[in-house]
Amino acid sequence: MATLDIRDLHVDVVTETESKEILKGVDLTVSSGETHAIMGPNGSGKSTLAYSLAGHPKYQVTSGSVTLDGEDVLAMSVDERARAGLFLAMQYPVEVPGVSMSNFLRTAATAVRGEAPAIRTWVKEVKQAMKDLDITEEFADRSVNEGFSGGEKKRHEILQLELLKPKIAVLDETDSGLDVDALRVVSDGVNKYKADSDGGVLLITHYTRILRYIHPDKVHVFAGGKIVESGGPELAEELENNGYLRFTSGKPAAV
Amino acid sequence: MTQAPNVSGALETSDRVASHLHPEGSFDVADHPVPSGKEEWWRFTPMRRLRGLQTDAPFAAGGCTVTVQAPAPATVSQVSIDDPVTRESGFAPTERVSARAWNAVDEATLVDIPAEAELDQPIYLRHTGNGSDVATAGHAVIRAGRHSKATVVLEFSGSATVADTVQVIAGDGAQLTVVAMLEWADDAVHHSAQHIKVGRDAKVKHAVLTFGGDLVRVPVSVDYDGPGGDVELLGLYYADEGQYLEHRIFVDHAKPNCKSDALYKGALQGKGARTVWVGDVLIRKAAEGTETYEMNRNLLLTEGARADSVPNLEIETGEIAGAGHASATGRFDDEQLFYLLSRGIPEPVARRLVVRGFFGEILLRLGVPDVVERASAIIERELAVTGN
Repeated sequence: MATLDIRDLHVDVVTETESKEILKGVDLTVSSGETHAIMGPNGSGKSTLAYSLAGHPKYQVTSGSVTLDGEDVLAMSVDERARAGLFLAMQYPVEVPGVSMSNFLRTAATAVRGEAPAIRTWVKEVKQAMKDLDITEEFADRSVNEGFSGGEKKRHEILQLELLKPKIAVLDETDSGLDVDALRVVSDGVNKYKADSDGGVLLITHYTRILRYIHPDKVHVFAGGKIVESGGPELAEELENNGYLRFTSGKPAAV
Repeated sequence: MTQAPNVSGALETSDRVASHLHPEGSFDVADHPVPSGKEEWWRFTPMRRLRGLQTDAPFAAGGCTVTVQAPAPATVSQVSIDDPVTRESGFAPTERVSARAWNAVDEATLVDIPAEAELDQPIYLRHTGNGSDVATAGHAVIRAGRHSKATVVLEFSGSATVADTVQVIAGDGAQLTVVAMLEWADDAVHHSAQHIKVGRDAKVKHAVLTFGGDLVRVPVSVDYDGPGGDVELLGLYYADEGQYLEHRIFVDHAKPNCKSDALYKGALQGKGARTVWVGDVLIRKAAEGTETYEMNRNLLLTEGARADSVPNLEIETGEIAGAGHASATGRFDDEQLFYLLSRGIPEPVARRLVVRGFFGEILLRLGVPDVVERASAIIERELAVTGN
């Protein structure tokens, strides 16, 4: 049983010229086996929350706390957070030319598991996980994310989720840019991870569409840098019907 | 990393040849004035660190010990500098250092690969420097007979101040790989003029791997002796704090239907690490059907390092199959690093992955297992130097 505990988190985004407060006091607890959907209009700070949890240097925590099973996540480096059991599926996965996907996956698994996986079981494990996600074998030899389509990148994010088996997974708009078939494949992958690893999922999304495939236990509406309302799956239905209007000080939001 | 692939914009047509990039050669030292450093050819080089190779530093024997490993039927022998074989490649020094090096030796080392011989093991010429106080001149001629197939590895290590000439003659239909592996000690200075004559339908792979040395300068030139020649020029360099590494290529396409493909990649780390790459491909009027590409990429691993990259392309005929060049210099990308770290990979391992990946393409194309293995080990060592 793992618990990610976020308390009164304030975060600035730092650019060369200025720093600006984006997160203005986020409170959230995600435990093993739970799925929390964070929904919000563009620019509400959803992605900032995701990147702050992963430790991206562009985002500076000014106050508040984040703990994973009582351990201070904010005191950890980026790689330490991942090894502690946090995973971020990125909205825009980065291309790393010259580094093959298979080498990358094995290096990451070795780091996270603390020892190199036995070669024979590893190869089987990767092949099966790739098959489950409709990823053809040739991708193993290609450079990480290089020249991948949007959908291929997202599938590879979920492939890493399957292989690294984190305690808590943050999925940042994993559904954006996916057609229905790809969305189903990716959602199946997330559900499989949950079933196999009893992981906790923090699903960040703009649309309710993915919630038909990945059923949230809790839905949180994110606006103005914090959670403004929390509820059950019925809250998602309300958003589906009415959009974010009620949460964005009366101004119609782009949905 | 930014990249600027560049094809159409690279086609600079001109009626005359820009002679400053490839002057006429001469064997007479007196024809080559002492360079000031302002000349186009020398403009990047820190002349003071050349230890007088460009002026009149005396050459002495014994600065380098050379050991030879040559599988039969290849032979390695010493020949007089006046032996006609030294004029066979068509090379003539185009600047003072090479002219002095040519005249400073009485003999050249001739590596002879008989026609139609196929060697399954590389030939090695191992040069070990015995000290950098006194300058040494060297001269090697590698001659691959028609339809032969061989690999020649020139190794350089230890401390030395060297000016040398390497001539490569690939006979018709020969398949020849020549690798210069520069593993010099930190205080070495090496100027190495290398020239390749490519026979009809010959295929030559030439690689320079530069790791050590205070100052290293390797100009490589290529001539074609008939149609159908195919040259692959590879380079890999890794500059540490204070090192100056300069590589130049000049490919003279004067015969029709020949190919040239150059790929040089460099990594730099530490204050004052400096590299220069100058590429020049000339396609003369007669060279119809030429296909050429030159590419240089540099990876700056730390602050305070500088890479210069100057690709040139001079085209005198419109009837070419393809011509292009590209050059890109980038910093180690923070987003790439973040992505790898976010998967639990520790920073030193992440950097190693990226640098290995960067050089992987060169090592793959090089394909000489023993050299690839050693180069990989050196790259790992270099990465450890700055705690990367």
